[in-house]
Amino acid sequence: MIGDWLDIGPVDQIAPGNARTLPVRGGDEIAVFHTLDGGFHALVNKCPHKHGPLSQGIVHGGVVTCPLHSWNISLKTGEALGDDKGCVPVIPLRVDAGRIYLLREAVLGGASPAKAA
Amino acid sequence: MRSGGFFVLCAFEKERTHVNAPTSFKQSDQQSALRERLVVIGNGMAGCRAVEEILARDPGRFDVTIFGAEPRVNYNRIMLSPVLAGEKAFEDIVINGEDWYADNAITLVSGDPVVSIDRAAQTVVAKSGRSEPYDRLLIATGSDPFIIPVPGKDLAGVVTFRDLDDVDRMLAAADKGGSAVVIGGGLLGLEAAHGLTLRGMKVTVIHIMPTLMERQLDEAAGWLLKAELEQRGQTIVTGGDTGEIVGRDGHVSAVKLKDGREFPADIVVMAVGIRPATGLARSAGLEVERGIMVDDHMVTSDPAIMAVGECVQHRGTCYGLVAPLWDMCRALADHACGAPTGYAGSVTSTKLKVSGIDLFSAGDFSGGEGCEDIVMRDAARGLYKRVVIKDDRLIGAVLYGDTADGSWYFDLLKKGEDVSPIREALIFGQAFAAGGAPLDPNAAVAALSDDAEICGCNGVSKGKVVETIRAGACSLDAVRSQCKASASCGSCTGLVESLLAVTLGDAVQSKAKTLCKCTSFTHDDVRRLILEKNLRAIPQVMQQLHWSTPDGCASCRPALNYYLLCAWPGEYEDDQKSRFVNERMHANIQKDGTYSVVPRMWGGLTNPRELRAIADVVEKYNAPMVKVTGGQRLDIFGIKKEDLPAVWADLNAAGMVSGHAYGKSLRTVKTCVGSEWCRFGTQDSTGLGVKLERMTWGSWMPHKFKIAVSGCPRNCAEATIKDFGVVCVDSGYELHVGGNGGIKVRATDLLGKVATEAEAMEVCAAFVQLYREQAHYLERTAPWIERVGLEHVKAALFDDADAVTRLAARFRHSQQFMQDDPWAERAAGKHAELHQHLAEVRPLNFTPTTTEAEFA
Ligand code: SRM
Ligand SMILES: Cc1cc2nc3c(=O)[nH]c(=O)nc-3n(C[C@H](O)[C@H](O)[C@H](O)COP(=O)(O)OP(=O)(O)OC[C@H]3O[C@@H](n4cnc5c(N)ncnc54)[C@H](O)[C@@H]3O)c2cc1C
Ligand code: SF4
Ligand code: FES
Repeated sequence: MIGDWLDIGPVDQIAPGNARTLPVRGGDEIAVFHTLDGGFHALVNKCPHKHGPLSQGIVHGGVVTCPLHSWNISLKTGEALGDDKGCVPVIPLRVDAGRIYLLREAVLGGASPAKAA
Repeated sequence: MRSGGFFVLCAFEKERTHVNAPTSFKQSDQQSALRERLVVIGNGMAGCRAVEEILARDPGRFDVTIFGAEPRVNYNRIMLSPVLAGEKAFEDIVINGEDWYADNAITLVSGDPVVSIDRAAQTVVAKSGRSEPYDRLLIATGSDPFIIPVPGKDLAGVVTFRDLDDVDRMLAAADKGGSAVVIGGGLLGLEAAHGLTLRGMKVTVIHIMPTLMERQLDEAAGWLLKAELEQRGQTIVTGGDTGEIVGRDGHVSAVKLKDGREFPADIVVMAVGIRPATGLARSAGLEVERGIMVDDHMVTSDPAIMAVGECVQHRGTCYGLVAPLWDMCRALADHACGAPTGYAGSVTSTKLKVSGIDLFSAGDFSGGEGCEDIVMRDAARGLYKRVVIKDDRLIGAVLYGDTADGSWYFDLLKKGEDVSPIREALIFGQAFAAGGAPLDPNAAVAALSDDAEICGCNGVSKGKVVETIRAGACSLDAVRSQCKASASCGSCTGLVESLLAVTLGDAVQSKAKTLCKCTSFTHDDVRRLILEKNLRAIPQVMQQLHWSTPDGCASCRPALNYYLLCAWPGEYEDDQKSRFVNERMHANIQKDGTYSVVPRMWGGLTNPRELRAIADVVEKYNAPMVKVTGGQRLDIFGIKKEDLPAVWADLNAAGMVSGHAYGKSLRTVKTCVGSEWCRFGTQDSTGLGVKLERMTWGSWMPHKFKIAVSGCPRNCAEATIKDFGVVCVDSGYELHVGGNGGIKVRATDLLGKVATEAEAMEVCAAFVQLYREQAHYLERTAPWIERVGLEHVKAALFDDADAVTRLAARFRHSQQFMQDDPWAERAAGKHAELHQHLAEVRPLNFTPTTTEAEFA
């Protein structure tokens, strides 16, 4: 239901091949990616390796290359690809009528004291 | 009473003048008395199809009344595009004419929209006041075009593209000729643009995203489409954000973008998207989110009311294409006739109805974990095919240029069959892959006749290639250089490799190192072909050189961006998203995600004003550290990406520009004090260093580039471990190249000696340009010179008396476009989005935003 999804604004705020960030008070910053073939994905903005900001990496296919030590992270599963091992949480995202929605629960994660309310 | 209602209704029916098809009375009264009354709101594609499906199952079950807002019979909406283009007339696209309503005893109330639903009384009321009772109601109101809320949107001449009236409005405008602006580069917008172009208008398409039809196409296909439409005379503006529609005397005259560009317009077509038409359902209190909520039987939250078509939301999805409607209507009719089956959602595919452009897209092609892309490109035929496979199933396909296999791929996709047995041949289409037999590409090549043409560009036959291989060409490179096959566009690379394998078996020499795994070409090939084939954009290089991935990887994108920038100075527009973070942000990323900022200090010189500005920045932005670098300047650490533009503005104000400490570009020019102060100094090394830095700063290069000038052979500036080092001597200047103080220390080679500062500078410019034009991306001068040899470099510079002059002139030309301080641009607001967060989430604040409320 719409109430469970957080509207973070129109799709055109993020040009294809780019990512933008969404700080969460008391929680982990989120990176929202727009791939060159029009997909949208959201991950916690922390590389599983040494917490590099994935939002600053190069996006190619459904993958982002971490800016710090070039691990390749799948935008769909948050998993490190190739020989590297690790996984970053994926925030469920959907696009509806040109707007991006994130699953509220996942955005707030463990951060929200109001979650139970 | 039910039968009473029926008779009253029919009597009333006959008096009405705008009824197209009066009810006929074929059934007996007895029968009709038993029938339920089905009222349909919406005489469009879904509404009428649902009725057809019901009639096919149980023709006597319902008395049907259909309300239509449009004053006409049921027609095929998707064919409005060919009507606009002049390829069809309205009569050709009618699905159900008046006789259909008459033959099936359906009452059509057209041109009279329903304005309210009374669920308690089970009646609907139309605009004319007419009220109609129902036992079952079907809502099939379709969608409304979305109008972007810009000033001028209500001017005369602003139209949408949804029904026949819209087409008539466009045709009326086209009759007068002039210019049309279509806002929206999706399916609908492009079909409108095509129609108006054929009708003789000068058409501009303004699309907000960088890729046309971005929801259906990837970057590669979007680029091909744009190039084709431009060739047909349309102006395609991507990344264009409409700010205002300008009018004159109440009529539209132009469209103005937010960036100030303006396009004249005698008509403006808004084709930016659709919204499910849910107003009626919403005010009747039905459950509505983005569309009218329905279950798998197309029943709404009121069991007496069904809904179907674009107005519904099923399992979270709203559709905007016709194929899902057919499936919905089947499920609806099964349910309405008492044999429910259920609808489980649809996978959709898209084709663009623009004559001469073959384009197909289906499923999911956004890639990701476990997905594998197979890409085939044929530049000569303008072909791009991409299929996406996951877990041995086809999950997406994009075809451009040849869509013959579209339905076959779509079928594979919908069935979800295991494609691993035909994987090798899948991309070649059904003719190759079907039949199920695994196809060995080598066997297919072996079966070709000797005179079959392998390389279309150079006209090389299979016989010739095999002969070349037998004569000793054991690698792809050898074949390319000896018989030219696959040396131009590369589309036959796969064939040549197969021939090598077939002819030599295991004796094939491994391929030369390619630029990256996305291509079979080497760095040198790519650089040469960019010039030869006049390639000017990354997607164009990928298409023409048959990249095997849809949009490259983190290795080739930055390399291509550099090669294009170097090949077309002043013309190529830098691609920010293809740059490594440091170059995109113009600062060095640190382990904690903050940035360091290094302003330029020319030749290592500074002054109180600069030092004061740096001190102020350190304090103002709470920088945790400031440090003297190994490159004779100051580095400010710990700046947040949001603060960068402000920091730069402050440094700019003191006259400082970017030091490019982050770039594949000139870093520093280290100097010593030289003859000005030093008792051993022979020349003004500090002054020359400053001049060299002023000349070379800002230039993008294959890798970072460092210069130093020492005033005497004591070499305090460490000039002999630099990419270009000058050691001053009494008689002039020794020029050294290819040094490196990094991972693998390499002392420079002596390039030569010159007598004057001016000559030293000229040779420096020429050497830098040679390196820029010839080295591989990410190859510093030291490994470059080791690879090509010092003799090659010397020959390129000095064999021809004018070479230095020509290279230096090319460098200076390119520098005209490079020496703008990137910090100043950013401080002035360019690419602000790179520095700003999307929004901030505050968990305690749960009040919905206005946009959320819009859908509630
Ligand atoms: C800041 C500085 C160290 C310092 O505190 O002094 C530095 C810092 C870094 N160096 Fe360096 N190098 C710095 C002078 C040097 C020098 C000394 C010099 O330039 O005289 C060298 C050896 C000379 C040379 O380059 O040949 C040097 C050889 C390297 C190398 C090895 C290059 C090589 O070809 O082997 C790397 C790695 C690379 O580039 O791939 C590197 C890479 C780096 C990076 C960019 C590491 C990275 O990728 O994040 C560091 C970034 C720091 C930052 O965020 O600002 N740095 N680095 C120096 C900045 C100079 C400047 O003012 O621009
Ligand atoms: C120009 C164009 C080209 C297209 N091309 C394609 C294509 O190539 N492929 C594809 O799959 N799809 C295409 N589509 C989309 C396709 O036409 C729609 O998906 C389809 O028409 C939806 O059917 P529907 O019955 O839900 O809506 P509609 O066909 O729009 O029918 C809804 C009807 O309800 C009427 N109505 C609305 N409110 C009321 C009311 N209160 N009372 C009475 N009547 C009302 C409307 O006037 C309309 O006639 C195209 C659409 C357009 C406009
Ligand atoms: S030497 Fe290593 S740790 Fe020190 S700045 Fe250079 S790259 Fe970083
Ligand atoms: S932090 Fe991402 S690769 Fe090291």
